[in-house]
Amino acid sequence: MTISADHTAREHASPVPAEDALTEAAKKFGITAEDYMLPARHQIEMVDPDGRLKPEGEQGTEPGHEYPLPGDEELLAAYEQLVVGRRVNDQNSALVRQGRMAVYPSSHGQEACQVAAALCLSDGDWMFPTYRDAVAVMTRGVDPVQVMTIFRGDWHGGFDPLKHKVGIQCTPLTTQLLHAVGVAHAAKLRGEDTVVLAMCGDGATSEGDFHEALNFAAVFHLPVIFFVQNNKYAISVPLAHQSVAPSLAHKAVGYGMAGERVDGNDVVALLAVLDRAVALAREGSGPLLVEANTYRMQAHTNADDDTRYRESAEVAEWRAKDPVNRMRAYLTDRGLLDDSVEARIAAHAEAVATQLREGLSEDVPVDPQELFRHVFAKQTPQLKEQSALLADELARDAASTEEAGK
Amino acid sequence: MSPSITTSSEANGNVSAATARAAASAAASAEAAGPQPVTLAKSLNTALVDAMQADPSVLVFGEDVGTLGGVFRITDGLTATFGEQRCFDTPLAESGIVGMAVGMAINGMRPVIEMQFDAFAYPAFEQIVSHVAKMHNRTRGAVKLPMVIRVPYGGGIGGVEHHCDSSEAYYAHTAGLKVFTPATVTDGYRMLREAIDSDDPVVFMEPKKLYWSKDLVDLAALRSSYMEGTTAGRTTEGRAAVARPGTDATLIAYGPSVPTALAAAEAAALEGRSLEVIDVRTIVPFDDATVCESVRKTGRAVVIAEAHGFASVSSEIVARVQERCFHYLAAPIRRVTGFDIPYPAPKLEKYYLPGVDRILDAVDDLQWEN
Ligand SMILES: Cc1ncc(C[n+]2csc(CCOP(=O)(O)OP(=O)(O)O)c2C)c(N)n1
Ligand SMILES: [Mg+2]
Repeated sequence: MTISADHTAREHASPVPAEDALTEAAKKFGITAEDYMLPARHQIEMVDPDGRLKPEGEQGTEPGHEYPLPGDEELLAAYEQLVVGRRVNDQNSALVRQGRMAVYPSSHGQEACQVAAALCLSDGDWMFPTYRDAVAVMTRGVDPVQVMTIFRGDWHGGFDPLKHKVGIQCTPLTTQLLHAVGVAHAAKLRGEDTVVLAMCGDGATSEGDFHEALNFAAVFHLPVIFFVQNNKYAISVPLAHQSVAPSLAHKAVGYGMAGERVDGNDVVALLAVLDRAVALAREGSGPLLVEANTYRMQAHTNADDDTRYRESAEVAEWRAKDPVNRMRAYLTDRGLLDDSVEARIAAHAEAVATQLREGLSEDVPVDPQELFRHVFAKQTPQLKEQSALLADELARDAASTEEAGK
Repeated sequence: MSPSITTSSEANGNVSAATARAAASAAASAEAAGPQPVTLAKSLNTALVDAMQADPSVLVFGEDVGTLGGVFRITDGLTATFGEQRCFDTPLAESGIVGMAVGMAINGMRPVIEMQFDAFAYPAFEQIVSHVAKMHNRTRGAVKLPMVIRVPYGGGIGGVEHHCDSSEAYYAHTAGLKVFTPATVTDGYRMLREAIDSDDPVVFMEPKKLYWSKDLVDLAALRSSYMEGTTAGRTTEGRAAVARPGTDATLIAYGPSVPTALAAAEAAALEGRSLEVIDVRTIVPFDDATVCESVRKTGRAVVIAEAHGFASVSSEIVARVQERCFHYLAAPIRRVTGFDIPYPAPKLEKYYLPGVDRILDAVDDLQWEN
């Protein structure tokens, strides 16, 4: 299927029927297409809350849903990012309390998802995050202070999406999933092997664009991984009010794509599942849906009061499943982590926190004329007029302030 | 799969010029020399062909645009000529179409997407308002969205409900969108080419009742002049056209109302009144200069639009002209618009649509001295 040099069709390329593609994918694993699409009977989990590696028979794997343990180096890198991510979350929440930032939707408790979402991708891949995924964006390599610009309030986004191959953190729920589909589609038409990871929450799966994005990705057979962090709440509304599907991962089969559930507080299992999803997507097996079972430990944002809709006992239960502690116990037990490595990682986390504190305590000068600068690539006469109006207003203000000062 | 389609940035420079010239000369030789009757549908279709030929990153998709060529046949033959990768049908989901186009534009393509009818673009409203219009601004100009959303709009075709809306105000009201609407066959070609070449997102409103109307046009000359860049510097963006010169009053119209305004001017001429007709062409950006120059000259104006009058493009035009031309006005500016009702059923639409008589009544009302 190619477009020839003069850009007219030489072969008439029919899209590979989704059925055949799925049969192909299923054949690799010796299972039926249906078993390939349906999530395994149990979620994939590898390291238990106490940091012990589960016996192979208890990891939730089954034929066609097998996941090798990620390598030590990857796990150590993930742990480092977990610690940094936790520090970032808590630092940002503190900055909001101090009035340095307007708002911060924390991913405290969801750091394993954040880190794995970024680490499973290669440089040429794309990520489309939500408002809650700042840690994932930083883990992908975007400057932390730039990431926080959106919440600091001096612009809507602080980094160049094209440079980092990361979409701007998106607030209108699931609208970004379609952008992920488009980016993957364009790459596929050019014959590039880009994989796109598109993120959303459990509540967001009720939105229409969630459906449209999954269906488009499946019909056009695109390398998109839909990564749902099921943290059990959409602000105050529990998942039971959003869906009565057996699981969110089960929605995949309705679109003709593969779904999987994974323990979202177990970064080992997350990396195992996402690494394979990325590999499958890159090989051309089409889109996948991965549901991570996690928990939002704090209120939706600082403006929310979670005591109005959930019991503290429930939160406490999840505290025992903490992703950072679990990984620390596991790696220490494996002999991969000692005091000196811990100290180095802690210093790294502290350096990022300092960077955030300093970057966000600066009063960044805003340029009122920037209001007009980026609305269009080609400016309109009307905006030129309005920008002149504001300039004049400001000049008169400045003049009268000066006058008053005399 | 081997690399196939290049990005727009690569394409704009090298490949396109040669292919464009080849296409232009082929077009020129295939078409009879001199002006011929050409429909708006044909000129739009030709613009798509030429744009796809000129730039491999131009993609066309939507509902029924592939094999069928669109319900109005505007994309006729594109799949056959350019293949299913460049012109294709999508699942039935307008938000999906627009949202996917956003992603493609982020990643180097120039999507030209079709909304099947005006009222069926509404499911895509969130994508259009929250992303298409804002992406360039929220990324401080880092991400351009060179995409065109084609919307067949307006009534006068005896269509049932949901097929006749004049939805331009929704788009014009949204900061960050450009809104074009051609009224002539020539403008159909030029304005669509310009919209596709634009680095800003353009909502391209096609007056569906004019699809089959014909003008005498030298299409071959038009194509080669656009391709050779000789129309550069004569862009239509932000430039209204004087569709008919006159001296006594100005009729300001766009899209489907332009021919009606011209017919009214013709009728007025028989009664000895000389009306100037301005075709707005691009609602955003609006050409204040041309419109105001005309009104200052004539001192009288009527704005004509099919859409509801309340909180509309026509009310915006009145406000702008009033602010800029107050001291030149001999009479309040009048409007002839659709009534503020849901678009009527086919047997009633003739009462709704602005017609020649209603326009002439409004002109009569402009406080003539004698
Ligand atoms: C289209 C849309 N509707 C409503 C909102 C307001 N809103 C912001 S976050 C949120 C809850 C989303 O929950 P979920 O998808 O589970 O993600 P989480 O916040 O738990 O990460 C709502 C309702 C929005 N941002 N976009
Ligand atoms: Mg949630």
